[in-house]
Amino acid sequence: MTDYQGYLSFLISALETQNKKQIPLSESTELVADIGLSSLEVMEFIEKIEDHFDISIPLNILPDVSTVGDLALKVQELNP
Amino acid sequence: MLFDKFQTMADFQAELAERGVTPFGAVTEKILSSTEGVVEGRQVILAGTNNYLGLSYDKRCIAASQAAAERWGTGTTGSRLANGSFAEHQALEREIAEFYAVNHAIVFSTGYAATMGMCATLAGPGEVILMDSDSHASIYSGVQLSGADIIRFRHNDPEDLAKRMRRLGDRASSTLIIAEGIYSMLGDVAPLQEIAAVKREYGGYLMIDEAHSMGVLGETGRGAAQAAGVEADVDFIAGTFSKSLGSIGGFCVSPHAELEAIRFCIKAYIFTASSSPSVIASTREALRIVSAEPERRTKLWDNANRLYQGLKDLGLPVGPTASPVIAVQMENRSRTIDCWKALMEAGVYVNLVIPPASPSTNFLLRNSVSAAHSSAQIDTIIAAYAGLKQAGLFDSQQAS
Repeated sequence: MTDYQGYLSFLISALETQNKKQIPLSESTELVADIGLSSLEVMEFIEKIEDHFDISIPLNILPDVSTVGDLALKVQELNP
Repeated sequence: MLFDKFQTMADFQAELAERGVTPFGAVTEKILSSTEGVVEGRQVILAGTNNYLGLSYDKRCIAASQAAAERWGTGTTGSRLANGSFAEHQALEREIAEFYAVNHAIVFSTGYAATMGMCATLAGPGEVILMDSDSHASIYSGVQLSGADIIRFRHNDPEDLAKRMRRLGDRASSTLIIAEGIYSMLGDVAPLQEIAAVKREYGGYLMIDEAHSMGVLGETGRGAAQAAGVEADVDFIAGTFSKSLGSIGGFCVSPHAELEAIRFCIKAYIFTASSSPSVIASTREALRIVSAEPERRTKLWDNANRLYQGLKDLGLPVGPTASPVIAVQMENRSRTIDCWKALMEAGVYVNLVIPPASPSTNFLLRNSVSAAHSSAQIDTIIAAYAGLKQAGLFDSQQAS
């Protein structure tokens, strides 16, 4: 079982390859506004998380996800 | 501000206007035949129309349409649920069901309404939709309205679909799986034998959108499911009349008797006016021609293979296999617009596609082939691309 901090650490680590602006990443970093991910890149990132944790992340959660922390919480909910 | 989010599009429109190109909403001023017209003041070969069997200008379809307008008037002025169900609509429903060898069919006013309406209605809150990631916008719009949990599987990847069905556990048996026959932008065909096998293993329901494959694939033109020999595994087939059948409208057919109840739950069916009888009449005639003249499919594929091979021989980045939809993939937006403009100047109209309408970050010069194209027209299209290549417009343009 992974706790919130564990999910957050994984997400931050996984985001480094898509962090073209090389900004410092934290739970408050916004995926689109700060990192500049396109909608296609967001979906590629989601697939990376799905493969790692062997879960499926419904598209329905995306409107509630803005920051890396938001996403870590959602992944924790889906993979308790 | 309310309009801020449209600024990027407004800037792009301004850029196109400054460059003197009109790839989006280019006005067709005159239709000369199924494959030629005058677009934005230029006489061009139409190579971006989805008119796969060349029936949009068929004299028999036109005559059927004219006769129906005389008999029924210009419109129904109401929805199918109210005053808009004419005998023509019911006849087309019988005939499209017979065409697909099933007992149940719904006719919609557009193809978009058919797929969007079915996707919005079949699965609901607490249920799951598993959809191909490259699905058409009408499918995305529909599933978002459904209230179901929406999960994507990787494009044309049955193993990824199986993995996600496994993760669903007990929920898999009531899951709606959605794929297309031929995908509209790149022309690639879904691996339906493998997708159907996943459905057989885990259960669930399978819906196939045959918008670009009806009339194009299969022994009698029923589409990709027929070509793959998996029709028995398909619960719902949706499609359109606006491509191979040359008119406008959409349909869903199913072996399930429940489709008759579902019909009355689809907002896109209930709350819109039914198709004009003249449209329905030409569609009926076109459907008859699809069955009666299979040689049109043969000619379509001859043309598709000729264009595909011609573009491939030029070294252009086209897909892995021939298809009536052949997209040249580009990485640079400005260069792609230059190519579109040069093709128009060479007398060839194709579709310019930019993300997110394309399924990746690539830009597309999307060609669609018709059975009505002559071999000489296909060669002219190839020659136009050769001219672009000679002019250096494809330099440093590798496929991604």
